[in-house]
Amino acid sequence: MRRVLVLLPAWAWLLAFVAAPAVILLGIAFGTGAEGVPPFRWPFGPGLAWQGSFGNLATLIQDEFYRDSLWRAALLAGSTAVLTLLLGFPMAFAIARARRGWRVPLLALVLLPFWTGFLLRMGAFIGLLRDQGLVNAALLGLGLIEEPLTLLYTEGAMLAGMVHAYLPFAVLPLYATLSRLDPVLEQAAADLGATPATVFWTVTLPLALPGVVAASLLVFIPAAGEFVIPELLGPSDALPVGRVLWQEFFSNRDWPMAAALAVALLALLIVPIRLFQRAS
Amino acid sequence: MPPLLLEARGLRRSYGAAVALEALDLAILPGEFFALLGGSGSGKSTLLRLIAGLEAPDGGTLLLEGRDITRDPPWARPVHMMFQSYALFPHMSVAENIGYGLRRAGVAKAEQARRVAEVLALVKLEGFAARRPHQISGGQKQRVALARSLVMRPKLLLLDEPLAALDAGLREQTGFELRALQRATGAAFVMVTHDQGEALALADRVAVLEGGRLMQVGSPEAVYARPSSAFVARFLGAANIVEAACLSLAAAEPGAAAYALRPERIRLTPGGEAIGANAAIGQVREAAFRGDATLFVVALDGGGELRVMVPADDPMPAMGERVALAWDPDDLVPLAA
Repeated sequence: MRRVLVLLPAWAWLLAFVAAPAVILLGIAFGTGAEGVPPFRWPFGPGLAWQGSFGNLATLIQDEFYRDSLWRAALLAGSTAVLTLLLGFPMAFAIARARRGWRVPLLALVLLPFWTGFLLRMGAFIGLLRDQGLVNAALLGLGLIEEPLTLLYTEGAMLAGMVHAYLPFAVLPLYATLSRLDPVLEQAAADLGATPATVFWTVTLPLALPGVVAASLLVFIPAAGEFVIPELLGPSDALPVGRVLWQEFFSNRDWPMAAALAVALLALLIVPIRLFQRAS
Repeated sequence: MPPLLLEARGLRRSYGAAVALEALDLAILPGEFFALLGGSGSGKSTLLRLIAGLEAPDGGTLLLEGRDITRDPPWARPVHMMFQSYALFPHMSVAENIGYGLRRAGVAKAEQARRVAEVLALVKLEGFAARRPHQISGGQKQRVALARSLVMRPKLLLLDEPLAALDAGLREQTGFELRALQRATGAAFVMVTHDQGEALALADRVAVLEGGRLMQVGSPEAVYARPSSAFVARFLGAANIVEAACLSLAAAEPGAAAYALRPERIRLTPGGEAIGANAAIGQVREAAFRGDATLFVVALDGGGELRVMVPADDPMPAMGERVALAWDPDDLVPLAA
């Protein structure tokens, strides 16, 4: 009984702000567009009479544009996950093996970007990367280039922004796993003839695997729906699903199509979410 | 003089301002069971880690069969270590744990399997090859850790507190097994321990360390019977340290400022009187029953106290009773200052 009372607020919260919106979203996805506010008709009319459409779902599957946006989102989230792992693993390892008094300050440094607004940081990226930006100014000043490089609104700028924004989400779970890994195990491996590289592949990495899985999913899942960073830093033709979703909702005011896209994204993310649950 | 297996010359190591080892010289003979005995902070574990190559010395040389290995990394040294926490790889089975070193050495698959089976039989764990470390008991883990080192057929095996994590009941039996394994394999064992009973019972030679220095090295019998300093005498057991100035002593080797006098060497007579040298009278203040004997603490009339061990068959004094104590000149072991 007491357990129920403790869990009740959490369940109520999830029901009101996760489950109910998801059901509404699913409803809109099967609705049809209409003039008015809101700009759609529910799939069920008075007396639960079916007036919906599977057209959006069909478009989603048939139209290359939408399929491509899902694929691009997966690609962007995947490369972000891989790059944050490659950067985050050595960082987390170094923090976990730092002197006791150093660990908390170093972790605080990882979280330091969160102290500044997200949009402000993206603005800073623009300031760095634009044609008259700091990077180009520095390269020109050093005489390394003759003309400014096109850095902003490229795939590279988008990826840099993504990696910057999601790196802490990789470092924290990796740190949690690596700080629990007993260095004596690595010493034992070395004592039995393993070179440092072999120690890493046979002992450190296998034992850190739960953290690697957690980190890659914690980055991949939100990154797949990311819209702000591609919008601000990416090329105009980079249209991952998050950005397409935004356009359908706010530019085209095609709520049913946008809802169908959101449902498709959610369906695609269920696979890694299930993996995450099994791993943790 | 047999050739030395391992020789340490002037080995030094400090951590910041704290000196762990101070110009230490040590020689290990092939096939011997050597115990490094000391309290915490004595430098015994540091010495072991230096020999294994897990830490580098600040100075000095380590020679293995005459070859300088001071700068060799741990994976290139034919020396293996059994860690106090056993350090079994949790993501591998018992057999995979034991085969780890063989895989690194590039031993052929069939030969690997044969040697793993052989060493599993040696430590009596035949049925446990497929188990994971979390599925076996503490004593079994200890044997897996031992097997993982022994399978490499090292000439020198380092053991860091090999019995410390075991239950008291298991410790004695495992100690005997350790001794038997050492004889069977012919490897030299260097064991670190803080337990003097363990060191004296198992080792061929014992080294007592304190403050990063070797206080005394010798056979258990020699170190126990003839401690060279007050520290060693105290560390090896409940010896009385008597100062020549405080008691009327007639030692076989006169001239030392202090002597060690073992409690079991003192004769106790209830109610008696002290006659001449090597005798004292006092009052029984404490008694501790030890099964085969009882330990009495006797407060001496002239000040100070002596601990006396009385065999179970002898007449026992009551608490507070006046007693006479006597000992032989030979039992006074002179101690260095």
